[in-house]
Amino acid sequence: MDAVIPFSPDELEAIRLSLKVATIGTLASLPVGAFAAYALARWRFPGKILFDGFVHLPLVLPPVVTGYLLLILFGRRGPIGAFLESTFGIVFSFRWTGAALAAAVMGFPLLVRAIRLSFEATDRRLEDAARTLGANRFLVFLTVTLPLALPGILAGLVLAFAKALGEFGATITFVSNIPGETRTLPTAIYTYTQVPGRDANAARLAAVAVVLSLLALVISEFLSRRITARIGG
Amino acid sequence: MAVQKTLGDFALDVRFRSTAAVTALFGPSGAGKTSIVNAIAGLLTPERGHIAIGDAVLFDSKKRISVSAHRRRVRVVFQESRLFPHLNVRQNLVYGRWIAGHSAGEKLDEVAKLLGLEALFSRRPRALSGGERQRVAIGRALLADPTALLLDEPLASLDAARKQEIIPYLERLVATARIPILYVSHAREEIERLAGTVVMLDGGRVKAVEEVKR
Repeated sequence: MDAVIPFSPDELEAIRLSLKVATIGTLASLPVGAFAAYALARWRFPGKILFDGFVHLPLVLPPVVTGYLLLILFGRRGPIGAFLESTFGIVFSFRWTGAALAAAVMGFPLLVRAIRLSFEATDRRLEDAARTLGANRFLVFLTVTLPLALPGILAGLVLAFAKALGEFGATITFVSNIPGETRTLPTAIYTYTQVPGRDANAARLAAVAVVLSLLALVISEFLSRRITARIGG
Repeated sequence: MAVQKTLGDFALDVRFRSTAAVTALFGPSGAGKTSIVNAIAGLLTPERGHIAIGDAVLFDSKKRISVSAHRRRVRVVFQESRLFPHLNVRQNLVYGRWIAGHSAGEKLDEVAKLLGLEALFSRRPRALSGGERQRVAIGRALLADPTALLLDEPLASLDAARKQEIIPYLERLVATARIPILYVSHAREEIERLAGTVVMLDGGRVKAVEEVKR
């Protein structure tokens, strides 16, 4: 019965905020992630193993530790946080932007892994062909490598988005649980479970989380099939 | 050109010069034909040597000259055509012009007519037959304003009927192109029909250079 009752303003706020945080966090990490993936797939450089490990760190660290490190680095008194605030006026701590940053960091390893795989799978002979037709390395990347890697990039985006949508530990540690600012779906669900008589709210939001995650998967599967069909597998 | 390169346990050491419009590289597989093509195209850097087409020096190890692949204007038709799968035929054809910022222009019509490609423009490479693919690859190379053409076994992956289908196009190409063409093959018949000078290769060395009599 509860399920048919319209969402409360608090619930809607949490859903909207979650979508915003996950979307912006994922999209903002895409250029950095694509660059890291390209470097890992194609370049040989000193410290590559270390860099690879660093990229994967959020995947293996307890999320609370990641959140704590973000707090130390990007908090208002943290070295990076203080610099960003004084030069660009960007504040992360206890803002939705901080939640987006936490979401981006947590999804980053998944994003990089998927994109890296598709860069590694790209036919280098096609890139050579493009070079002999006059394209410099940057144009080869833009006109051949990137379009051919599109299904992988899409898969990475969806994985990172789903991860960002469900991100809890790092977010709550870094930017806390402020209604309307940093209370995303998972933190809202957690909050409801802590209050007697709010089980129905928690259940409804949990259902929303399931639907959103499934939707993301279905959309990405659909898009990647269309792209693969176009490219020709 | 003269080129030396060690690739693993394979040593390439060749030297030849040709004034013919069409020079053929002839030899069994593993003779180093494709390595030579790659060296001329700029996809493989020799350890020592000198590569020049006409007055243009593309590589000279003594003078430390090595023009990068995308600036050489030496266009290659690869054995496996290497068409871009995400672009249709027309987009593949004008890729080189598009990269250079040139419009398709009349050149596209001209080349499409020469190679019989007009009907294929909107198709994707995977929807083409092997012979059509190679014709598009030849057109793509021609449209990219080449100063030289390298054809690396363009017929090797085709069956006999498809070969017969393409050879007339190649003959027309040879008759109309005003640029040096290097034609790589291990098929004597193709070479006798197309080339003026034949460079025989084996085991990474030049065995002989012959003129073809017509």
